Amino acid sequence: MSWTEQSESRSCVLLRLGERRFAVAAEQVAELVAPSRMFRFAHHTPQIDGVIVRRGRVVPVCDLAEQLTGKKIGSRRFYLIATRRQSLKMDWIALPVSGDCELIQADLTPAGPSDSPHVAAWISHGGEVIEVLNLSALTPGVVETPVHLSPATVPEVHA
Amino acid sequence: MRFAPAHKTPALRTEQIILFRCSDQMFAISSTSVQEVRSVDSLAGAPMEFSEPSVTKVRHAVRRGEKNLYVVNAAVHFGLKPSPASLIFLLRNSRVALLIDGIEKMTTMTRLQALPEAFCHEERIWYRGLTVLDQNVIPVVNPEGFLTQEELLHLDAIAGAQAAHSTAPASGASLNS
Repeated sequence: MSWTEQSESRSCVLLRLGERRFAVAAEQVAELVAPSRMFRFAHHTPQIDGVIVRRGRVVPVCDLAEQLTGKKIGSRRFYLIATRRQSLKMDWIALPVSGDCELIQADLTPAGPSDSPHVAAWISHGGEVIEVLNLSALTPGVVETPVHLSPATVPEVHA
Repeated sequence: MRFAPAHKTPALRTEQIILFRCSDQMFAISSTSVQEVRSVDSLAGAPMEFSEPSVTKVRHAVRRGEKNLYVVNAAVHFGLKPSPASLIFLLRNSRVALLIDGIEKMTTMTRLQALPEAFCHEERIWYRGLTVLDQNVIPVVNPEGFLTQEELLHLDAIAGAQAAHSTAPASGASLNS
C-alpha cells in the first residue's frame, strides 16, 4: 500500500492564519486562550515574539503566519497553546491565530516524501485540502528529524 | 491528643536576587553572584581601555590584584541599545565586571523556570532561567555567561600586550564611552 492510500480518521483543530486555514492534531492542543499580556526580553531567536504566562508557566509565543502565509498575522484573536516534543520532553508553545478554531474529525493522509517538512499530513475538509502542521519543524528549538504523521506513528485514541 | 497534619507544606526555597535595569529592560541576578556594587565614577581613571573589535562588549579592564577584571557592557552583551550606565557589578569568583544602568530593587524569587526550549540561541547561555515577579517575567542572568574562556584568554593577551607597550598608565578613561 502506498502512502497516499493510508488514511485514518483523526481529531484535528482547524486554525486560521490570515486568509488560510491549517490544522494541528488535536492531541497536540492544550487550550485556546484569549490574548494576554506578552512579555519581551532580550534574546536572539527571531521566530519568538515574546512569552505569555499561562497557569504559572512561561510559554513562548511563536507567530507561524509569516512562515506559512508570507505575512505577519494582523489581529490576534486567540492563542492556541500547543505541545510539542523537544529533546525527549514536552514543551508548550503559544501560536497566535486570527480567527476561531474548530475541532473536526477528518481522514488524515500522511505527508509524502515530496512534501515540506512542516507538513505532517493532509486533510480534506469543507472542499479544502488543508495541511496538518508539524510543529517541531515549524517552531524553533533543538533540531530534530521531521516527524510525519502516519498511522504507524500516530498514537491511538480511545474513547 | 494532637495529630500531625497529613500534608506539610514544604518550605519554599527562595533565592535573593537583585533586579537591575539595562537599556529599559529588567534583569535579575542572584545576589550571591555579586561581590561588590560600584559607581562608574568611582572607577574613573583606573580602567585600561580596549578598542578590540572582536569583543565589542568589553571596552575596559580594571586591575584587581594580579588579575584584570573585564568590564562587560550589559546592553551590548544582550544586543540592546546602549544607554548611559551608572553602576558596575563586580561578580564573585569571576573576572567579569558588569556595566549596568541601575538597580531597581532587591527581592526574593521562589521559582526559577527553565528557559523554554524554543529559545535556542545565545540566550541559553545568557540566562539561568525565567522568574515571574509582580506579574512580570524577568530573565535571571547566568553570571558565567558573559565571557567565554576563549574571550577571556583573548582579552588577557591584548591586555598583556598593551601593558608591555605602555609606558604610562591610562588616565581619565570614561566607562560610558
